[in-house]
Amino acid sequence: MTAIVNIFLKEGVLDPQGKAIHHALDAMNFEGVEDVRMGKQIVLKLTSDNKDDAMKEVEQMAEEILANTVIEDYTIELI
Amino acid sequence: MKHVAVLQFPGTNCDLDTKYAFEKLGCITTVVWHKESSLPKNTDLVVVPGGFSYGDYLRSGAIAKFSPIMQDVINFANNGGKVLGICNGFQILTEIGLLPGALKRNIGLHFISKFQTLKIVNNSNDFLQKCDKNEVLNIPIAHADGNYYIDEEGFKELEANEQILVRYCDEKAENVVVNGSVTSIAGVCNRNKNVFGLMPHPERALETILGSDDGIKMLEGLIA
Repeated sequence: MTAIVNIFLKEGVLDPQGKAIHHALDAMNFEGVEDVRMGKQIVLKLTSDNKDDAMKEVEQMAEEILANTVIEDYTIELI
Repeated sequence: MKHVAVLQFPGTNCDLDTKYAFEKLGCITTVVWHKESSLPKNTDLVVVPGGFSYGDYLRSGAIAKFSPIMQDVINFANNGGKVLGICNGFQILTEIGLLPGALKRNIGLHFISKFQTLKIVNNSNDFLQKCDKNEVLNIPIAHADGNYYIDEEGFKELEANEQILVRYCDEKAENVVVNGSVTSIAGVCNRNKNVFGLMPHPERALETILGSDDGIKMLEGLIA
């Protein structure tokens, strides 16, 4: 099973990299971009084939190291 | 004579400057490799120095928290031992939860390396006891992730408990935006005032011939 962990700065926490990308898009005349948020994606190949167990374990990984929950939110997708 | 332990991770690059600084101030200083499981006996102060531990992979300071030595550093801090984190050391101490808040990418995305004036916000702590409130010091900064963030509730607590140590300011002690930090915060301490963190590098400001010796009175407080 594969776990995809997406990590983004929390809503309300200013994202300087997203802002810089937004500026660049504006400068390139791409109109109609309201907001840009930049995050990271971590892909984990797991040995487990039990979705519930895998979800619990990846949640723990996200809380303890993958994300800094002071400033970041995360989502986990299992496929 | 005080015993200072300076931690060294793969990627740390201010360990020897920090060792030099505390030796200059008359301390017995030991550099401790991160794989050690315990601090030297009689340690009076632990310094987590600057650099790029683990290449800043994942987030600055994120991986270092799982180094073997850190468990003993946490025990040391929880027993009231004094810990100072400088730059990457500050990032590590927030990641590990010994200090509140977090450090994000600078608002302008640039790595900033220059002398910067700082204002002493609170001196009711060991670290800044030798400095005057509102005193302006000239100390180098060198970081890409120094944009201090804390939520509103956390900020109120910092203010109420006099945990804000220093702010970026101009020569007239007015706050300036350097990296986007909440209210220009450059350093904070924990509630018990035994764990300190700041982005600027006092260990690089020890001799006037190199620009400033204002770092001395900061570091001296910790070994008084």
